Amino acid sequence: MLKARIIPCLDVNDGRVVKGVKFQNLRDAGSPEELAAHYEEQGADELVVLDVSATRQARLAMLETVEIVRKQLSIPLTVGGGVGSVEDAGRLLNAGADKVSINSAAVRNPDLVNEMAQRFGAQCTVVAIDAKMTDGQFQVLTRSGTEAETLDAVAWAGEAQQRGAGEILLTSFDRDGTRSGYDLPMLTAVTNACSLPVIASGGANNVAHMVEAFEHGAHAVLAASIFHDGNMTVNDVKRELAHQGISTRTLVS
Amino acid sequence: MIQIINTGVANIRSLQAAFDRLEAEWNLTDDASLIESSSHVVLPGVGAYSAAVEQVDALGVREVIVERIRSGRPTLCICLGMQMLGQSSGESPGVQGLGILPCEIKRFSNDVKVPQLGWNTVTPDPNATHKFYEAGEAYFANSFRLVEPPDASTGWNFAATDYGGSFVSSVWKDQVLACQFHPELSGPWGQQLLKNWIAGGPS
Repeated sequence: MLKARIIPCLDVNDGRVVKGVKFQNLRDAGSPEELAAHYEEQGADELVVLDVSATRQARLAMLETVEIVRKQLSIPLTVGGGVGSVEDAGRLLNAGADKVSINSAAVRNPDLVNEMAQRFGAQCTVVAIDAKMTDGQFQVLTRSGTEAETLDAVAWAGEAQQRGAGEILLTSFDRDGTRSGYDLPMLTAVTNACSLPVIASGGANNVAHMVEAFEHGAHAVLAASIFHDGNMTVNDVKRELAHQGISTRTLVS
Repeated sequence: MIQIINTGVANIRSLQAAFDRLEAEWNLTDDASLIESSSHVVLPGVGAYSAAVEQVDALGVREVIVERIRSGRPTLCICLGMQMLGQSSGESPGVQGLGILPCEIKRFSNDVKVPQLGWNTVTPDPNATHKFYEAGEAYFANSFRLVEPPDASTGWNFAATDYGGSFVSSVWKDQVLACQFHPELSGPWGQQLLKNWIAGGPS
């Protein structure tokens, strides 16, 4: 059967990996190529690189970052952040991404999901959804969490599936960087409403949080802080998951 | 020199990066004569079945590919490249595949999440006459797959993987190797598979 996936995430700003809390207060966490190699060696199943740059110049630097990371990486690479069009996605794929995640632009123009799926295939079309609990609903946020949309995350995940997406990257704004665990109610609601693989993101601090996410329907878990801080390696996580009866890709050494 | 057929719809940077890491020279081509004459050829593919088949026909390389494979020369077919070996696919009814394997490609059942995205175990048939790789875990990204293994009398060997039931995750015969998974994204195991294919067998 398909294995549970552990995906370290690199938030990249102008060629450097950064990490913040609730998408703010970014601090430096290292070079993308070094961290990518490091995580692959530790047994990461995939890598997600998100461009969190604010300037145009920094955005252009992203293509170079993707090229450098691709050269050494023999596992899948998903790239996202600021992807506004099919052409943007094509440039990232051409630089070496295997999958491209779209977020704000897809909310503005949902046809972008269809266009990407038709042009590049469902397997490389990842719809990233940032959401937070508001009045009992999971409200979609765009532009790095700065804009609240009149869109429900559960409905949007279902629509993304209809439009041809291949995977959902679901980030809880409330939990991001807080180390208080994944947003399980949101995860359950989305995995029940949509038959695509869902990557849980935002809030992981330990293996117990990851076990919870898998038990609530996640196909993969994304984490940044716990790996960047060096408290735990990917392989440590996998060893612990195995004890909990969750099967992952084993590292052959 | 490894000639990678430019099927247009494939994202092949990761494949090229994998060959670079193995220090294997490659070239992206749509030239039928190169595809015919080169020692090694890769038929890659992601995206839609019809688009990939149409591209092969638009390039006029269908016969050359079929002939290479029939004569067992080193040819690696990846993902959609493997599916194209069949007669047809449920993804694009009416579109004629390369017809090398007497089978139709079908969508996964609705009992599992589709696409299959992630790592799964690939187990070569114990009766295989030769092998390019040992059992291992590979990265898959597919919604369609080959269900029935080719009959042993055809000379094709196969490996199986379980996703809502067993499916054929790889077939090989002579120096032709087809993989539903992506060896170029399958870590050290996949890298070793590519190395073995280039070398003509396990080293």
